[in-house]
Amino acid sequence: MNDLLLDYLPIIIFLALSAIIGLALLVAPFIIAFKNPDPEKLSAYECGFEPFNDARMKFDARFYLVAILFIIFDLEVAFLFPWAVAFKDVGWFGFWSMMIFLAVLTIGFIYEWRKGALEWD
Amino acid sequence: MNSDITNFSSLAPIFPELIIIIGAIIILMAGAFLKKQASVGLAGITIALLLVVSLLIILFPTDGIILNGAFIQDSFARYMKILLLASSLFAIILSLSSAKENSLDRFEYSVLLLFATLGMMIMVSANDLMSLYIGVEMQALSLYVLAAMRRESSKASEAGLKYFVLGALSSGMLLYGASLIYGFTGQTQLDEIAKIIMLGDRSIGLIFGLVFLLAGLAFKISAVPFHMWTPDVYEGAPTPVTAFFASAPKVAAMALLIRLVMESFEPVSQDWRQIVIFLSIASMILASFAAIGQKNLKRLIAYSSIGHMGFALVGLSAGSLVGVQAVAIYMAIYVIMTLGLFAAILSLKNQNGYVENITDLRGLAQTNPFVAAIIAIIMFSLIGLPPLAGFFAKWHVFLAAIEAKLFLLSIIGVLASAVSAFYYIRIIILMYVYEPEQQFIKAQPELRFIMALSGFLILTYYFSIAAPLTNITRFVVGSLF
Amino acid sequence: MAIVGKERLQIISNLTRPTDERDKMTLTLFFFYLFSIVLIAAAIMVVASRNPVHSVLFLILAFFNAAGLFLIAGAEFLAMILVIVYVGAVAVLFLFVVMMLDIDFAEMRKGILQYMPIGALIGLILFLELALLAGSWVILPEVADSSVLPIDNSISNTKALGQVLYTRYVFLFQGAGIILLIAMVGAIVLSLHHRSNVKRQDIGKQVARDPKETVKTVKVKSGKGIG
Repeated sequence: MNDLLLDYLPIIIFLALSAIIGLALLVAPFIIAFKNPDPEKLSAYECGFEPFNDARMKFDARFYLVAILFIIFDLEVAFLFPWAVAFKDVGWFGFWSMMIFLAVLTIGFIYEWRKGALEWD
Repeated sequence: MNSDITNFSSLAPIFPELIIIIGAIIILMAGAFLKKQASVGLAGITIALLLVVSLLIILFPTDGIILNGAFIQDSFARYMKILLLASSLFAIILSLSSAKENSLDRFEYSVLLLFATLGMMIMVSANDLMSLYIGVEMQALSLYVLAAMRRESSKASEAGLKYFVLGALSSGMLLYGASLIYGFTGQTQLDEIAKIIMLGDRSIGLIFGLVFLLAGLAFKISAVPFHMWTPDVYEGAPTPVTAFFASAPKVAAMALLIRLVMESFEPVSQDWRQIVIFLSIASMILASFAAIGQKNLKRLIAYSSIGHMGFALVGLSAGSLVGVQAVAIYMAIYVIMTLGLFAAILSLKNQNGYVENITDLRGLAQTNPFVAAIIAIIMFSLIGLPPLAGFFAKWHVFLAAIEAKLFLLSIIGVLASAVSAFYYIRIIILMYVYEPEQQFIKAQPELRFIMALSGFLILTYYFSIAAPLTNITRFVVGSLF
Repeated sequence: MAIVGKERLQIISNLTRPTDERDKMTLTLFFFYLFSIVLIAAAIMVVASRNPVHSVLFLILAFFNAAGLFLIAGAEFLAMILVIVYVGAVAVLFLFVVMMLDIDFAEMRKGILQYMPIGALIGLILFLELALLAGSWVILPEVADSSVLPIDNSISNTKALGQVLYTRYVFLFQGAGIILLIAMVGAIVLSLHHRSNVKRQDIGKQVARDPKETVKTVKVKSGKGIG
């Protein structure tokens, strides 16, 4: 348990350090900067016009398909990590078992390609 | 830790599944490379594939537990697989005539149906909580897509979404229960779990796990109070897909439930029997009353199927060999009745398309006497009137319940049956007493064949398949005990 | 790379020998509470924040903290997968969905007080069940001996998984592959539709184009046009 934490000590230090620096940069202006606000300075643009609508616009549903296909292959890759780490232990059986797994997903990939799911229009 | 697969022939018990996988992948590739019109041919190949696999299971049975205890093939699994392969087969045949109207004329329909069948076969053969989950997910994922496949229909999309959300919830409960059981027993293999439970006394954690597991499975067989999705999904999904939903997944989930409670939880049978009795009573009562107000034919069938799952669970409540045998018989008869009924619904087509309202059946006996007669036979059988098949199905389960001294359950069951007669008979009256309002187009030959087959089996059940079915089920259920 | 096995144990025992066993526990406990508190706070913010995009960002924070909790529990692989799959992919998908649906969440949340009592009731029931479960947490003494896969502390988490996933559990592994294939087919069946009025670029066709077939020289008489 603890030994694991020790393994990740550099990451913890890194996170702590970045949190401190980030907070310091956020807080410092409140303490040391000059403040002399007036309505024009505070407006979104000193010149130009107010935005017409929300910045969060609707996305095309096709982004979604791309994201889903990405997740599927992401998961496939997740299966590769333990395989790579234990490669010497799993032997030929493990090797071919992964090859079959990849073949099945390659079938899916060919299907995707032929259906034109990787094209935009 | 090595696999127990040392050579190709040690995979023999799983050959049917392997053939389905390879077939599905070949059809997927063929569909991707061939023209769109090839989908009819590919549906034909799918039918042939399902037929070949069924024959393989019947003619060359190879039993055994392989893949380190994850997969079991025994006579019970083979019986249930034949039932669900037949359901898939007929679901594809049913879809042929209306494929275009329902946007099922794509090869993906065949592929997804094959994958769903594969998942159900894995469910039936699951001997481990993990392979159980893999099977459940495989069939569920395919079924969600099948439900929503008709994209231009908002009802179908709604059906798919509802099915997905509630199905995901039930999978979550199933998984939670499985992890609790693993936590309390340290085992995932079904027979090993039973051994561990036998060693010690039952702990609350284990019972919690059992409850969650059963709740997840109750979703899959749509037993009350986990039935909410059924009417909406049945109504929204394309009718041939509904026919598939109403038959094969029910068989698979019921087989899984039986194996789970008989194999793993035999030592705590008092606990699960309480739950099953509750599910059974609730399903029978709710279905018979809720169906009365329905106007849509498919919604009515949804409630009817909920009720029939309740009746099947009566047999399981007994927790005995006779009870499980009764469930096995019940499922076979249920599949025959359901497929026949859907064939009849799919042949009700007028100039404007398919009719789904109950009132559209008015005067069907004059315009289309054959379909009306088949519907009437099936309705009488669903009520459970002798000497039709449905009577014997109910007779077996109630006999098992009475043997197990579950008198109250039996009485409630018979009363629910009587109430349900009300809405079944209403349909028959509509068909035979009223004057016709519309003309129907003549049914396709394959639909007429399925209707005739179903009607024949139901009418002559006692003389034709009763004896072999009873013998077979007695033999196959023996493999569980 | 993490140092594994006996080597690591050696280093740790050297490092930690002077310190008390209780100090080790407090350190672990400190991180446990830190991650848990941030996780719960982030989870509450997911539900409570007005802007759905903020909700997703809080969800990512929650995922990170859950990964931290997994690390403390010793499940390194799960922690990494949580970051890669959930933060890297699922959260992005959530962002897409949130933006795609364009739901007025403030409007939707108006009825929250109405549902509050029943929600609180269900929460209370679940909490009581959990408490009951925790109170009765008895693992049979036989379980420790009979467990399918005894825990081996000498190898790393990922390796231990790799050693069994592809051989002993090959069935589940291949089953997962098939499920991914179904997901792929399903996603395409349900959401792919090509617009018919779009002229698609076919690079193969472009490259194979021959000037002889496409260009024609025509002599045009003056004042008549190509006719």
